[in-house]
Amino acid sequence: MIYRSHVLVCGGTGCTASKSMDIIDELNKLIRENKIDNEVKVIHTGCFGLCEKGPIVVIYPEGATYSRVTVEDAREIVEEHLVKGRIVKRLLLGDKDAEDVSKALEDVGFFKHQVRIALRNCGVINPENIEEYIARDGYRALGKVLTEMTPEQVIDTIKKSGLRGRGGAGFPTGLKWEFAAKAKGDQKYVCCNADEGDPGAFMDRSILEGDPHTVLEAMAIAGYAIGANQGFIYVRAEYPIAVSRLETAIKQAREYGLLGKNIFGTDFSFDIELRLGAGAFVCGEETALMTSIEGKRGEPRPRPPFPANKGLWQKPTILNNVETYANIPVIILKGPEWFTGIGTEKSKGTKVFAMGGKINNTGLVEIPMGTTVREMIYDIGGGIPGGKKFKAVQTGGPSGGCIPASLMDTPIDYDNLLAIGSMMGSGGFIVMDEDTCMVDIAKFFLEFTVDESCGKCPPCRIGTKRMYEILDRITKGQGQDGDIEKLELLARNICSSALCGLGQTAPNPILSTLRYFRDEYEAHIYEKRCPAGVCKDLLRYVIDEDKCKGCSLCARKCPVNAISGEVKKTYRIDAEKCIKCGACLEACKFGAVKKMA
Amino acid sequence: MSEMVTLTIDGIEVKAPAGSTVLEAAKSVGINIPTLCFLKDINEIGACRMCVVDVGARSLQAACVYPVSEGLKVITNSPKVREARRVTLELILSNHERKCLTCVRSENCELQRLAKDLNVGDIRFDGENKHYPLDDLSPSIVRDPNKCVLCRRCVSVCKYVQTVSAIETNERGFDTIVSSPFDMALKDTPCVNCGQCINVCPVGALREKDDTDKVWEAIANPELHVVVQTAPAVRVAIGEEFGLPIGTRCTGKMVAALKRLGFDKVFDTDTAADLTIMEEGTELIERIKNGGKLPLITSCSPGWIKFCEHNYPDLLDNLSTCKSPQNMFGAVIKSYYAEKMGIDPSKIFVVSVMPCTAKKFEVQRPELSSTGYPDVDVSITTRELARMIKEAGIDFNSLPDENFDDPMGEASGAGVIFGATGGVMEAALRTVVDVLTGKDNDNIEYKSVRGVEGVKVTEVQVPGGPTLRAAVAHGLGNARKLLEQVRNGEEQYHFIEIMACPGGCVNGGGQPIQPASVRNAIDIRAERAKAIYNEDEALTVRKSHKNPRMMKIYEEFLEKPGSHKAHDLLHTHYTARENYPEECSRL
Repeated sequence: MIYRSHVLVCGGTGCTASKSMDIIDELNKLIRENKIDNEVKVIHTGCFGLCEKGPIVVIYPEGATYSRVTVEDAREIVEEHLVKGRIVKRLLLGDKDAEDVSKALEDVGFFKHQVRIALRNCGVINPENIEEYIARDGYRALGKVLTEMTPEQVIDTIKKSGLRGRGGAGFPTGLKWEFAAKAKGDQKYVCCNADEGDPGAFMDRSILEGDPHTVLEAMAIAGYAIGANQGFIYVRAEYPIAVSRLETAIKQAREYGLLGKNIFGTDFSFDIELRLGAGAFVCGEETALMTSIEGKRGEPRPRPPFPANKGLWQKPTILNNVETYANIPVIILKGPEWFTGIGTEKSKGTKVFAMGGKINNTGLVEIPMGTTVREMIYDIGGGIPGGKKFKAVQTGGPSGGCIPASLMDTPIDYDNLLAIGSMMGSGGFIVMDEDTCMVDIAKFFLEFTVDESCGKCPPCRIGTKRMYEILDRITKGQGQDGDIEKLELLARNICSSALCGLGQTAPNPILSTLRYFRDEYEAHIYEKRCPAGVCKDLLRYVIDEDKCKGCSLCARKCPVNAISGEVKKTYRIDAEKCIKCGACLEACKFGAVKKMA
Repeated sequence: MSEMVTLTIDGIEVKAPAGSTVLEAAKSVGINIPTLCFLKDINEIGACRMCVVDVGARSLQAACVYPVSEGLKVITNSPKVREARRVTLELILSNHERKCLTCVRSENCELQRLAKDLNVGDIRFDGENKHYPLDDLSPSIVRDPNKCVLCRRCVSVCKYVQTVSAIETNERGFDTIVSSPFDMALKDTPCVNCGQCINVCPVGALREKDDTDKVWEAIANPELHVVVQTAPAVRVAIGEEFGLPIGTRCTGKMVAALKRLGFDKVFDTDTAADLTIMEEGTELIERIKNGGKLPLITSCSPGWIKFCEHNYPDLLDNLSTCKSPQNMFGAVIKSYYAEKMGIDPSKIFVVSVMPCTAKKFEVQRPELSSTGYPDVDVSITTRELARMIKEAGIDFNSLPDENFDDPMGEASGAGVIFGATGGVMEAALRTVVDVLTGKDNDNIEYKSVRGVEGVKVTEVQVPGGPTLRAAVAHGLGNARKLLEQVRNGEEQYHFIEIMACPGGCVNGGGQPIQPASVRNAIDIRAERAKAIYNEDEALTVRKSHKNPRMMKIYEEFLEKPGSHKAHDLLHTHYTARENYPEECSRL
């Protein structure tokens, strides 16, 4: 059936949480009521990326993009837009006065600077309908490699594309495949790392939710390239929508003969099974992930032997990340030369980042390698809320580091980020403004690593804990002379001797903040002062007598009765009783309450 | 011969077999890289990071698992490497209960040794320490997580060597702990009390339940007639506690020391081992002749018995009904000996010195009290005996050799070899073949059942009689392999010997603890077994049924092997046990 209008409603996790499924139901109900259900089709898609503005509804052919849609808005959308053809301007994301709404959307900075390869189908197709994927050239790349290419040519194509692992370390994908292809073994495996665990990162989830078939297709291509007939996707159990869409996709692919025996009538057979992770961050580390698939306690093991030679059940195995796989079919179809035309010298293509923290446009963006931090923050991210000053951005999650404002013009790629003490990681991009204490931030990330350490090796198990204890002391005003040196000693040795990548990179948040914000550490330790005014134990709230009108509001808001005084005279805070909750500061209408660092 | 590769370690050119590790290659040129978690063939996980070396990679690598390769350049001694090792060690120490003065492993502690070797002066990283309660509810094993360094050797030996899995690594990060599933006490798990975990523990986190006070108390009690029996494996290992080389036979000195400790009588469990052979041999012959349940499986090893009760309840009828020599001994002492000596059995206190921690569990079994009194009152390990000797101020190494007391002091060579894997089988064959042929056969050494191979199979053609198919397994993982074949009907045997500990009793969980540095270099099981076989060879009587002392017990008291009286005193029964409670499997 051919429809005159398609209504795309985001079915990603964020928008689903904001009731996008109810919006779909309401839209369908109203469409039926208006008897246009033969003309208009509502589709739930994957994530559009602009989660900050969700739920997102896009209507084609106009390309009108509605943001922050509620169930109550559905009637207006149906009756005005779908029945009468009048755009609901108040809900538009882009230029509300523009004549051509689709062009207006492209002008929105958030989308304008993006190049969507891995996310190409997210927000475009119904992820639960294989035909929509096929209609967007889905499984054509698999058909091409099976019928026109040798495994060597496939590997050669991937090598020439310069694609590097999107999961963190940036290892050349083609090389990895080549090692596994050359490894001897009667049985080989293809694994997909969908155990996305960096705090705030959700690009893999979005791809799995929005375009699951691309991962299946790429894994089958990898299977053909290395000589494997079995794949495993290790996906977090905390991603229920992703899991269910993957299950649907696998079932459909099997029904269509795109997984299973003799795919495309060739000798090549390949199937995929899901394995659910129980929520341990370390299971994103490749050897731990495989150990977990084997049914054992998810812990890393030393390398060598590398998975390409001895991986899952000691058989040659490749493991790639979801986003890496999402690039594969496009590279096969468009060719490596096209792909190398995007990005920087040593980092080709694009990278998806999950932008969060103190930034206006929280969401998922896919940018060409080489985009600068400044462009990310101001052009795509829409700047810092409240006009605050940008201070730093943490990339690479808990294994990465902070990039200070002074390095804002660094073009983002694997090597540049490493050189300035951070890393690409899986693409976390957490923005911090002037109100952020860098010691506190280091402590925050370290707390995560301490919690997530598997406990196998002492440098990580005990070392990160000891670093955390030192940072905790520093933020509580109990820092001592020598603490910085002790942190550096521990950090240096944890980096050099921890068993796995998680441990080896755990000190990075400390090392990078020490590198760029050492003065903040010193202020905490030697002056017992938190320059950003974050560390509670180093703060003091006082009332400016000149500004205080004696309204008593602060005293009434204080939960511990630490503020006393007489009405219409000045009030004062008893520092002994004060718990530094900040309620008085928020309550005062005259700016009389001050936070003293 | 495998292919050799050439690498450089600290500038020294080394040739090493491909597939070997940097640790081994370094050792071959006199470079001792420190290790903590590494235990050859048992725990090769590269976890503790003490053995890190610089191979030019981004991070330092664990030498214990890093394979040698052609042209590899290794640096084991640089400021970077030394600092990494020292910091790691200080971190481990910062979370270790450092009550070294009163620790059972003081002076035999691998962590203490490392701290000394690595010249640790100060521990710079003190912080939170975890405090866990002791698990001392098991009659055999005490777990002290406060001293645990999480090297996981115990987990590996329990899980992979013994396939018992009573302990695992639980929780994660700083909360990581080696413990039983669902925080159960060890005594409530399928732990078989073999004590192999103790033997591999580098520190004092695992130890035997110390029963020496009970022994001292009994000796000091004038009302009690205290007799002691010692198992065959004790005499070839106790010398290690006094600095003697591994595999030194110390039978005479050990007897002398026991006498000086104040025991009223010092007897030899080996006499009871001969008794076991008479009973078990008779049982075997009867089962073969009368179409009884086969294979007959030995029942000397209490760790194996509990393992069978948990894991192979369907094979309980295959187990020999014979008590272990320890308990046969106790039963005979409290009946025959009591009668002969005119001592009220309630006034006899039987102490056994065993290479074994599972014996502590065995002596508590209620069914093992045929006389109305426990067959054995207290069972102590070789290590505990050594401690008593030291506490008493006895200079062990200068003691004269003395002999066991009558009437339970004389054993055949067959009784002696009970201490090594294959020994019970060999001892039984020596007697069974004689009985079946009615001759005194000269060919008594069954070398095919000796040695440290995991499962040993042999066929013995009895002249003019049947061909006996026999199998020997030591270490419960090997036992499991063998029994799965039996269960599936893949293999059929007449007689199977199983000892819970790898190598048999010589490597029992109560034996002197040798550090990884020794265990990685030599096979202590083989060294101690050599001494056992030497002792056997040195004896003139090497067949159980030729032991005059033991035959006299039959004449004077038990009548004949398998008699009603023998059954009452020397045989027992078994109970099926569940592994984990039903509700655990539903969780």
